[in-house]
Amino acid sequence: MKIINFMGQRKLAMAFSAILLIVAIGSLVTKQLNWGLDFTGGTLVEVHYSETANLTEIRGLLEGGTFDGAIVVSFGSDQDVLIRLPQGHSDKSGPALVELLQDNFAGTVELRRIEFVGPQVGDELREQGGLAMLLALGLVMVYIAFRFQFKFAVGAVSGLVHDVIVTLGFFSVIGLEFDLTVLAALLAVIGYSLNDTIVVADRIRENFRKLRRSDPVEIINISLTETLSRTLVTSLTTLLVLISLAVFGGEMINGFALALIVGVAIGTYSSIYVSASTLLLLKVNKEDLMIPVKEGAEQEEVLP
Amino acid sequence: MLNKYPLWKYLIVLFVITIGLVYAAPNLFAPDPALQITGENSAQVIDEAILSRATRALEEAGIEHFDELIDENGRNALIRLRSAEQQLTAQARVQRALGDGFIIALNLAPTTPSWLSALGAQPMKLGLDLSGGVHFKLEVDVEAATERRQEYYLNAVKRALREKRIRGMVSMDKQGRVVARFRSESQREEARSLIAENHPELTLERLDEGDNFSVRAAMTEQTRSEIADYAVSQNLTTIRNRVNELGVSEPLVQRQGKNRIVVELPGIQDTAEAKRILGKVANLEFRLVANMDAPASDKQQFEYRSADRAGMKEWLERDVIITGERVSNAQASFDQNGRPNVQISLDSEGGSLMSRATRNNVKRRMGVLFIERKYRTRYEQQADGTEVAVKIPYDERKLLTAPVIQSALGAQFQITGLDSPLESSELALMLRAGALAAPISFVEERTIGPSLGAENIRLGVKSVQYGLALVVLFMVLYYRVFGVFAVVALSFNLVLLLAFMSLLGATLTLPGIAGIVLTVGMAVDANVLIFSRIREEIRDGRSPQMAIHSGYDAALSTILDANITTLIVAVILYAVGTGPIKGFAVTLSVGIVTSMFTAIVGTRAMVNLFYGGRKVKSLAIGGPKS
Repeated sequence: MKIINFMGQRKLAMAFSAILLIVAIGSLVTKQLNWGLDFTGGTLVEVHYSETANLTEIRGLLEGGTFDGAIVVSFGSDQDVLIRLPQGHSDKSGPALVELLQDNFAGTVELRRIEFVGPQVGDELREQGGLAMLLALGLVMVYIAFRFQFKFAVGAVSGLVHDVIVTLGFFSVIGLEFDLTVLAALLAVIGYSLNDTIVVADRIRENFRKLRRSDPVEIINISLTETLSRTLVTSLTTLLVLISLAVFGGEMINGFALALIVGVAIGTYSSIYVSASTLLLLKVNKEDLMIPVKEGAEQEEVLP
Repeated sequence: MLNKYPLWKYLIVLFVITIGLVYAAPNLFAPDPALQITGENSAQVIDEAILSRATRALEEAGIEHFDELIDENGRNALIRLRSAEQQLTAQARVQRALGDGFIIALNLAPTTPSWLSALGAQPMKLGLDLSGGVHFKLEVDVEAATERRQEYYLNAVKRALREKRIRGMVSMDKQGRVVARFRSESQREEARSLIAENHPELTLERLDEGDNFSVRAAMTEQTRSEIADYAVSQNLTTIRNRVNELGVSEPLVQRQGKNRIVVELPGIQDTAEAKRILGKVANLEFRLVANMDAPASDKQQFEYRSADRAGMKEWLERDVIITGERVSNAQASFDQNGRPNVQISLDSEGGSLMSRATRNNVKRRMGVLFIERKYRTRYEQQADGTEVAVKIPYDERKLLTAPVIQSALGAQFQITGLDSPLESSELALMLRAGALAAPISFVEERTIGPSLGAENIRLGVKSVQYGLALVVLFMVLYYRVFGVFAVVALSFNLVLLLAFMSLLGATLTLPGIAGIVLTVGMAVDANVLIFSRIREEIRDGRSPQMAIHSGYDAALSTILDANITTLIVAVILYAVGTGPIKGFAVTLSVGIVTSMFTAIVGTRAMVNLFYGGRKVKSLAIGGPKS
């Protein structure tokens, strides 16, 4: 089998990652995220019109009155309308809004859903989400440090942080709504990307122990080449189902699917380049991976 | 011999798959839309006559129904309907025909064949986003409850000092602590020990400022959290009681975090009605039992509330001693002899009213009334001939208990002579429900229309189908015969996943379906790992049998590591997340566990059956020819 020189391009990959991270962080700082209702609080109403809904008419109807500041958009089809009221409207405004729409429309306006989130809930949720993410990263790091070695833990976690920031950045740049399901998707991305990283790390460890060669770059290249087909096949099958979810799953699950698609794609890249490059940066070597019990035995032999 | 499983291993695989098929099967049977009829009061028996009144109303409206059933103890009846669209009309018709006093709930009746339900197999419950309904998140105003308790301590300390004739200034500081100021140290010490005796739960501090000797009483953190806990659980019980009135077949009332309560009402569309009932206030009245010779104008007759004293009545005086606002706590407990009782605490004003009323009435009896706001429905003809239901509120007063007053009562007293701990806890619960609860507010509300729910199911199932089809196609093309093994294992993984979730009683939500879809994509990973290993081994020149053997062996630790770390993430998701995130975490973690079984043990069994124990020249595993 031909060994692909992955690590030869690692400078290039690092530059690419750096650009991705700068763009992502830059956008997160300046543009921030388009927080969904779960986080901002407010009221959201989805209705289904029996005929094509006239958005301009609906906007005119809501302007100036009690529902001033409402954002009206179509949702999926031209008969489905989504209306968002900012924070400050009472929990009774949702049903009142639906009634108003029905009164001004000859056909039927069917209520699909009303969501009202009070101001207290959003902040807590953001805190909780951040906490969950940090906790996940922390525990994963401990597990890998325990099962592999500390340098691998750093490599894996830097890959994960890279994936999370880039995915968040993607949502920020495109301006997609960031709601609770997207947060769940982000945590799933951590799980998935980790899966990939571990498989690669496992092979690197095996090769460090098995192969006589000791050049870390060469060993990592061999390991990445050996796992490449598996990495691509798994990413492909996962992407296949995610695309199916994005296409057929409906509007409510779209953000979730999209976050995962971006996350899986970037996670595949990062398990090859970010985690492995970090290992090289940390100067991983054969001694790091000797099985502890044997290590002692070998030392005794080396002594004159 | 390489690659041969002993018989028992095949049997285990077969056994697990059979169990999986049995417990996943109920999900294939679509439930029937149904109406459930129960009496508003638990003594109401549903009999054939009531049922036939209901079915006649349905027939008049031309609504098709079948398989009517009254349960064994006559508590409720179930009518199945042919079409879900007619469910709401049917509910209104039956309610109209039976009148008030009956709760007509929308229900989905499972159609699980009896031999399956006999094995305990049940279909998964659907979350609100799939079934439609209302989700409320309520916040209990714990601050208000704490303030009330501070007020109570202030008054209690004032009263105690007055009774003992200790002169001092009692006030409350900004932190809600009670500060009592005295002229002399001896007065302070006397007051201090008095407070310590009456309220051991308070922490006391001495403060000396010039000529003033003060003692400051503060609630401990523990007391504070107890008050918060009490306020939340009190609201929780009252809300549970009220939700039953809403006519929901499977409501969920759950505490969430420190001071939140989540209420989920599947099938409900009318949020205004739901909120009205949830926010309803119950109350209590303490009144003396009327003397035999009292004139009729001074007394009123009330029925007992509990079912086992149904029909029994009692005459009470018209004068009310105190109402529920004065009750600060009621707790089921035991006396020195281990007999059940209920300890009642009143606020200071309640205490003095109670002592004034009972001082001269020892040996008489005192009745406790439970007051609930109820609604009577009246049907009014509109000008255009349509009928509208108008709800007219009224207060229903029923007697909880009428014990004998043994001595003059104060702010603390107890009700004894109860038959069982069950009775005492029920009485305490009703007293608490009637007492003024900490105020609640709605902080989150989600309504999902039934059509959206149905659409979510349809789209979810569709994306699972297409996703699965794509993966099957790819795997078979890429890994040939081994791909077929992986695909069969994947299908059984789905079956096991469904079976597990049904057995756990997990609720299926839209994010849950997304979790299933993701599992389909990721579950093949274990097989991909194994198959790539086998291909490598073949390239290295191993014999097919050896390649299979060492391929499975070498991939095992990788698979375990990869799955355990993902499981860590899923568990954190479950622990930290709420609502939709939890649903996703459950399917993801169950999916990881089942996929490890099917992908490692399941495919190995198939491979061993197919290739094991014979001479094999080459494996149909795809990839470059070696």
